[in-house]
Amino acid sequence: MTLTITTLYGLLGAALVGLGLYGLLVQPHPLRKILAFNVLGGGLFLVFGVVARRGAGAGFPADPVPQAFVITAIVVALAGTALAVAIMLRLFAETGQVTLRPEPPPSDNGKGDDS
Amino acid sequence: MSGLGFVEVGLVVLVLAVAIWTNLARASFAAAVGFIAFGLLLALVWVRLDAVDVALTEAAVGAITGVLLLSAAARMRPSEGAALLERPGAAMRGLIAVLCAAVSVGVAFVVLLPADPAPTLAPAAAANLHATGMGNPVTAVLMAYRAIDTLLEKIVLLVAVVAVWSMAPDSMWGGRPGLTPVRQDNEALAFLARLLPPIGVVVGIYLLWNGADEPGGAFQGGAILAAMWILARMAGLVDAPAVSRVSLRAGLVAGPVVFLAAGFAGIALAEGFLAYPAGWEKPVIIVIETAMTLTVAVTLAMLLEGPPARAPSPSLRSTAAAHGATRGDR
Repeated sequence: MTLTITTLYGLLGAALVGLGLYGLLVQPHPLRKILAFNVLGGGLFLVFGVVARRGAGAGFPADPVPQAFVITAIVVALAGTALAVAIMLRLFAETGQVTLRPEPPPSDNGKGDDS
Repeated sequence: MSGLGFVEVGLVVLVLAVAIWTNLARASFAAAVGFIAFGLLLALVWVRLDAVDVALTEAAVGAITGVLLLSAAARMRPSEGAALLERPGAAMRGLIAVLCAAVSVGVAFVVLLPADPAPTLAPAAAANLHATGMGNPVTAVLMAYRAIDTLLEKIVLLVAVVAVWSMAPDSMWGGRPGLTPVRQDNEALAFLARLLPPIGVVVGIYLLWNGADEPGGAFQGGAILAAMWILARMAGLVDAPAVSRVSLRAGLVAGPVVFLAAGFAGIALAEGFLAYPAGWEKPVIIVIETAMTLTVAVTLAMLLEGPPARAPSPSLRSTAAAHGATRGDR
């Protein structure tokens, strides 16, 4: 079987899923986790794009239904990312740190902004 | 469309390199810069996959996500050192790497062993395209066949803004988000922020209008409008509106409200919820898309601005206090 462009991009998507998942699990900083989550998503969307490309037909270069789903998914991922960033920044403003450990050490550099 | 060219292989290598870079970079700021490049390269991949609508969306969202991460990274620099200490040990990282590679191999199998014939809804989308009045099948799916998904997506965006705003401390509620603008009139940025918006606004509206028949649409057009506003905001030429402002809130809900109204009108005038009356498909879709473009522009700008961070001015404060939203002075 010859490696087509579409298949190559599908494999790229598969690699991105693994890379993003690795970053999500290994990176300790929430910001890096959010970033890795977006890499993971980018890879998954790409696999969907390959499904769309393979579904070409009826004069269309790619199946429009998966494409539309990917567009919706990209927008929803952006909404989730914006919320995650807002939560992270508030946590940082409240405690001066962003640890995700279940029991954070007693805060000595807290600079909460509430009165 | 077969055989691998220099562009295809080069693009794959670049995307992989940037994705690895976002993992390895020590500073979050550098990783966020890498992510912006990642988004743009991914948009090129989408063009190569003949999905230009997705490419436009990915380019816009990739850049917006990148700026969001970039500004967060700049603010959170002091927290990075402590976070590094929480990194799992080498053995655990190795184990995670092996398991993630296994997931990748699993997805790769799915890619390499495709169903034959490939499942497709393209013929069904083509068969009914004339009934939607649209020439772009992707817009037809978004606005007619699966309009409910698009409606819910817009509501998700609205919920995201509400959730982001609710991250504000009580004392800031009703105020303006972000930092006070500082005008820097002699800088290249200020020049660009005056030069580009007129062009960008035309391009945004063109993408909205053109989306009916060519790649483009409400989201892509709205994203460009938002980008023009963000440019002017970064140059200090405009200030973010207070989150209590009525016109801002009207802009945020315009898309979902018009979409829902059209949906319910479908019950009375057509076959059901979100059905469009025969012969009126395209005008109705254009009206919905226009309201959605406005909402997308306002929503994206507000998601980038974040929660209100400046206490409301006294006149606004009294109205906010009337709603029981503030907790007095600091």
